[in-house]
Amino acid sequence: MRTYSGHSNAKKSNELYRKNIEKGQTGLSIAFDLPTQTGYDPDHELSKGEVGKVGVSVAHKGDMQTLLDQIPLGGMNTSMTINATAMWLLSLYIATADETGVDQAELSGTTQNDILKEYLSRGTYSFPPGPSMRLIADTVSYTVNNVPKWNPINICSYHLQEAGATPVQEIAYSMSNAIAVLDAVKSRGQVSDEDFPKVFGRISFFVNAGIRFVEEHAKLRAMNKLWQELADRYGVEDEKLRRFRYGVQVNSLGLTEAQPENNIQRIVLEALAVTIGRDARARALQLPAWNEALGLPRAWDQQWALRIQQVLAFETDLLDYPDIFEGSIVMDGLVDELVDGAKAEMAIVAEHGGAVEAVSYMKAALVESHSKRVSNIESGDLTVVGQNKFTSTEESPLTADAEGGIMVVDPAVEQEIIDEVVKWRSTRDQTAVDAALADLAAAAADESTNLMPASIAAAKAGATTGEWSQTLRSVFGEYRGPTGIGDAAMGGDTEVLEKIRERVEDVSETLGRRLKILIGKPGLDGHSNGAEQIAVRARDCGMDVVYEGIRLTPSQIATSAVQEGVHVVGLSILSGSHRELIPSVIENLREAGVDVPVVCGGIIPDHDVQPLLDAGVARVYTPKDFELNRIMGDIVDLVANRANAAVPA
Amino acid sequence: MGPTSIEQAVELGKRLAARDRSAAPAALNLLEERGAASAEGADAMLREIAPANVGSEAPGVIVGITGPPGAGKSTLLSELIARWRARDKSVAVLAIDPSSKRSGGSLLGDRARMAVDSRDADVLVRSTATATRLGGLAPATREAAIALASAFDVVIVETVGVGQSETDIAELADTIVVIVQPASGDVLQFIKSGVMEIPDVLVVTKSDLGVVAKRAARDLEAAVKSLGSNTAVLQVSSLPPAVGVDELIDAVEEHFSALDLTKHRARARRLAALDSFTFEHGERGVRALGGRRAAEKLLAQQDEQLGHRELRQMLDRALANA
Repeated sequence: MRTYSGHSNAKKSNELYRKNIEKGQTGLSIAFDLPTQTGYDPDHELSKGEVGKVGVSVAHKGDMQTLLDQIPLGGMNTSMTINATAMWLLSLYIATADETGVDQAELSGTTQNDILKEYLSRGTYSFPPGPSMRLIADTVSYTVNNVPKWNPINICSYHLQEAGATPVQEIAYSMSNAIAVLDAVKSRGQVSDEDFPKVFGRISFFVNAGIRFVEEHAKLRAMNKLWQELADRYGVEDEKLRRFRYGVQVNSLGLTEAQPENNIQRIVLEALAVTIGRDARARALQLPAWNEALGLPRAWDQQWALRIQQVLAFETDLLDYPDIFEGSIVMDGLVDELVDGAKAEMAIVAEHGGAVEAVSYMKAALVESHSKRVSNIESGDLTVVGQNKFTSTEESPLTADAEGGIMVVDPAVEQEIIDEVVKWRSTRDQTAVDAALADLAAAAADESTNLMPASIAAAKAGATTGEWSQTLRSVFGEYRGPTGIGDAAMGGDTEVLEKIRERVEDVSETLGRRLKILIGKPGLDGHSNGAEQIAVRARDCGMDVVYEGIRLTPSQIATSAVQEGVHVVGLSILSGSHRELIPSVIENLREAGVDVPVVCGGIIPDHDVQPLLDAGVARVYTPKDFELNRIMGDIVDLVANRANAAVPA
Repeated sequence: MGPTSIEQAVELGKRLAARDRSAAPAALNLLEERGAASAEGADAMLREIAPANVGSEAPGVIVGITGPPGAGKSTLLSELIARWRARDKSVAVLAIDPSSKRSGGSLLGDRARMAVDSRDADVLVRSTATATRLGGLAPATREAAIALASAFDVVIVETVGVGQSETDIAELADTIVVIVQPASGDVLQFIKSGVMEIPDVLVVTKSDLGVVAKRAARDLEAAVKSLGSNTAVLQVSSLPPAVGVDELIDAVEEHFSALDLTKHRARARRLAALDSFTFEHGERGVRALGGRRAAEKLLAQQDEQLGHRELRQMLDRALANA
């Protein structure tokens, strides 16, 4: 049991870690900020507003040293939530350990290092799929050979469900992902045949548990079954290495902003899904805070989440019995159904050439599943208590306090971190850094070389996170992932949709051409589900939709708005950087001479709404606004009002 | 916002003729506008940039690029833009995607997949849906392309699909590039069955795939030769380090410079006029003019510099008198 932490700068995070270690915590769980996750330095244009926000900023070896100061690395189990730049952060970790006299063979911990779900869900990728898979395979090969207690990859089906995956999709895509990793390691030939079973044994999973908890339990049993089949396929005999190891975080997607106290019972039931049957019981469980949909949880909210686990473990009789579903016809049937469905889907992925080549296919499939879910909630076919049913409520004493129950990050931190990295660059041995980066580029250009040694050398020389990434980008190329929206099937033809379409036609008439909307995500936050759903629905309402995707600078958005001649701009941010980024986009738009309404959506606390409106945003949407058709209606109104004001009748 | 006035339209035309690229977005807005007043504005703008007015054809090369989804068009486009910019050429891209038949709306996702420097004023990317183009894809897109070719050195018109849209592209582009994905027999089939006109340049993408891509290129070469054409078949890989992109640019520029531009564009304008006429009046209208051949002959007798709208009005008058 540990809590996910790490924010602002390395020094503050270090203080927090040491406090937790004093309290008896034996593991570190490090969350990094988005610039570190995507491979940009704190002073890069794209990092604006994101530095030190969702985790700690680690820009170079000095930051890693500060972060781990006085923490005994030999005895520590360190979990790093890091993917595209996992090889780099592991290199910094190894370099730091080495320089404090701890041999890499002594290190234990985990790097998440799963790139597929970044393309499909989280969006914090840095390189194209092929080279990314090479980075993963190199990390796996290197650790199996040199850092034997390290878990180099944690395959995340979790984020697939967050992106709308059905249980079958969650199983199939994560297993296909594992196959792609295993095949990549095998084909690179850096691990001996004799040691290959260790590669299999080092792969663990990070799974989601949703509210349909019986089926979710069956899902875990199905994954275990398929994993055993894969163990046979790869010739793994050792029982320990064949084990299906997984950690769980329960569903975040199903938590509501409306009547947030209901999230507590959702979380409890979801926790039950992954603990109720011993044969498929989670080895590690993380529960979100009840108010996650509202923003960053406070210490008390996190404590409540921890207490749920403790009640389950120590008060109930859950742990007293062997597997309680053994011999259950219903459970076995459910498991078989999921296994068969997953195998059929895995065959389709294999036909595309494997998980790497099937990224576009899987992305489109997830967007479609998510669209269906959203439509079903909107129509009431899928009940969400407090959101689309039983919606009248007493006032909540939990959220009534003035600060809105949200912790905020000090904005001055960003400037401090920027100053620090500028100073770092000016005081290091530049010749050594240049040489190390040149070696890294040469290693990257040679397909057969493992990139870990060159990365560790660059870490030791003092290169920055942005430099490591940029060196690889210059060899591997920039990459913009598939959006999945092009092929998404249209939602049902409801009456409401028809009415909006008519109004879109009317407004288009007034405008002289079809209502055109630009949808994009400023900043480094890659959670694009919301933006994708808005894009698909806007098309279904008859708008021409320019979907610009993730990771945009304010100036890019302004340029696109001009070139595309749009009538309205829709922005989405979930990282909490709306206060910095949205006003900057509006400023850029005005400078470019674009006078169109701007709407934005995301996890935006109540007290931030007015400042955004003051900055010129026309409408602000939060997770409470689940009725997309209503949002569409608003957008049409906004454009219509603007058009009527411009053209005197 | 709101429709463009005649004065604004004339001003836009003058700015384009003076190669003011910042006028392009508003000019494209105007060409997409519906309604009689806007049509008049579009006429006025197009007159400003017409060969009859400026004395020569719009100088930019209009490159039609088409190919099936997933063939790697977006990546190749990013690479083409970068390479053309390295040669100091300004580049505009018209990315055309289909509209939904049921809602009339569209999802234009190309922009999300292209890596372009937004601060570079000499690059423009415009996404357009097919339904936005009244009077058929070709004539309306052609006007947009011509407007852009007045101010930009290179205008790329990108469409999805194999088969149908090439005939449209053939009418509006100076040089037609068809993208072929290795290991898909589509294009070969289309060429052999005569559904598709043979393009000016054939490109096999993903040459990094090795043997598969080589085989596709060889098969295409053989097919093209057997039909008596000497169209170039090139192999490219947009994966870094990109391969073959400069050769593709050379091939396009070579084809373009060998064209008799006035003749080529005059033919395109005539085809466009006939197409938009057919779109509105149907086959019955064409029969009233004495059939397609007669209509083509009538068009061929007109001044080479006449714009497609003027030619179209001439056909309308002929129909009224028939």
